Amino acid sequence: MMTGLSNRLSRRRLFSLGGIAAGGGLLSACDGLARSDSLGGIIKSAEAATMRWQRAIGRDALAPEYTLADLSPDFKVNGTHEPVEAEYQGMKRGGFADWRLEVGGLVTNPMRLALPQLKALPQRTQITKHDCVEGWTAIGQWTGPQLGLILKAAGLKPNARYVVFRCADNYGGEASKGGAQSTSLYYESLDLIDAFHPQTILAHSMNGAPLSVGHGAPLRLRVERQLGYKQAKYVMGLDVVESLAGYGQGNGGYWEDRGYEWYAGI
Amino acid sequence: MATAADTIEAPPAPPPPAAQPYLFHRHALLVRVTHWTNALAIFFLLMTGLNIFNAHPSLYWGPYGASADAAHRWLEIGSKNVGGEARGFVRVGDVTVTTTGVLGLSTAPNGGPNPIAYPSWATFPSYRDLATARNFHFFFAWVLILNGLAYLGYSLVSGHLRRDLLPKPGELSPANIAHDIVKHAKLQFPKGEEAKRYHVLQKLAYGGVILVLIPLVILTGLGMSPANNAAWPWILDVFGSRPNARSLHWVAANLIGLFIIVHLLMVVLAGPINEIRSMITGKFRIDPEKA
Repeated sequence: MMTGLSNRLSRRRLFSLGGIAAGGGLLSACDGLARSDSLGGIIKSAEAATMRWQRAIGRDALAPEYTLADLSPDFKVNGTHEPVEAEYQGMKRGGFADWRLEVGGLVTNPMRLALPQLKALPQRTQITKHDCVEGWTAIGQWTGPQLGLILKAAGLKPNARYVVFRCADNYGGEASKGGAQSTSLYYESLDLIDAFHPQTILAHSMNGAPLSVGHGAPLRLRVERQLGYKQAKYVMGLDVVESLAGYGQGNGGYWEDRGYEWYAGI
Repeated sequence: MATAADTIEAPPAPPPPAAQPYLFHRHALLVRVTHWTNALAIFFLLMTGLNIFNAHPSLYWGPYGASADAAHRWLEIGSKNVGGEARGFVRVGDVTVTTTGVLGLSTAPNGGPNPIAYPSWATFPSYRDLATARNFHFFFAWVLILNGLAYLGYSLVSGHLRRDLLPKPGELSPANIAHDIVKHAKLQFPKGEEAKRYHVLQKLAYGGVILVLIPLVILTGLGMSPANNAAWPWILDVFGSRPNARSLHWVAANLIGLFIIVHLLMVVLAGPINEIRSMITGKFRIDPEKA
């Protein structure tokens, strides 16, 4: 009796162990594909195809704009909630009076712009949707000067190809994330097509009020035809560059260095 | 160019006089190649899609939709503590179903509890990796679209779509549909000459996937793309919003998954060797009906 039962049990256990092993083998074979570098290159080719296609069908197209009635009642703060770096905290205490937007790199006229100077430029206000890579959507109103205006005033050199946005926050190293996962500050980059798009603005206000710290005070990027992680917060400076190689791991952004697409139009 | 041999319709050669089984050219080469390409693409699209869904396991209906918008959230897959015990659940509207073990809370490959919407065996990669899942998803989305265009172009020009897949007048009569349902329920599959063409439930299933669900899953996918929303705002207008497009993308993907389950079941029940061979070599064995 006992032997029969334990035989049956062990046979059943053997069977389920076999099932787990077979399932595990399939899983690790699949995961091997996910980690394969040679396959990864082919898979990543889709990003360039998507960018070429979307530029072909709507290089200058405008993102849909909404009305005040459509605003999200509670626009989620995502990514960094509050930069902990001493430099940022000091500027925050002073109401960002000491903050300057540094515009440099491949420009004929490098600039350091204070908030009142940015607000004195022609302003654009737009109500747009914010599409997070995770899948959620929020609608907000943003006000600020067009990035194109600032780049024109700075004067691009002929070899300029990208604009890199240097940010104040160390997202991965944020205390709420356990700290020190990352030693690099957040950064992002655009090519000149998106940099000069009319809806690409450096927003200092959201929903009619100055940007909150959670949403990127004192200044954040809005590039309305790409996903949320391109909308860099806590922008400290713009570098106009020919290549993205000198920043982070060279992929053009904090999340791009962690496997996400540089072209985030989809 | 299309020849008679490419199509499902009977070639002029009469069946052998003695009631011998014989091989019939059932599927054109292009149909076979696009079928398997499509199968591979959809396999990866579904499994990467579940991984992507796991990044934000809620669906919304309305102009916006994020964690705070409870009033717009119509579906949620998660886990919660009930009396000190963790439980997986799926909530649709006001109805919550406990799904511990599969959805919301499952077992990780290392044996530990895994609070995740879709379990690791159903996703690609098997672990949380939104970046990799997205890269594969969009690669195979291109495969799905280009392969689908090749199939549709061929099927329109050759007449495959009109001749073999579109129901003929009368086929859609309730009596004929009921007859076909009864035949399927009794597992009586067509024999002889009758096995050379699709019957109404097959036409509706294949036509529904090819002409309704796959176009819907592509359009709702594009409806979630911010650059596509700028270039082709009409897609957003058709569905109403990005959260709506995302909801319908999930619904369409589920219906495609349901089709695959039924399709595979039917292949197994109808004779898997003959069915699978006909989609590889094109040849389908016809067993003449007994006189």
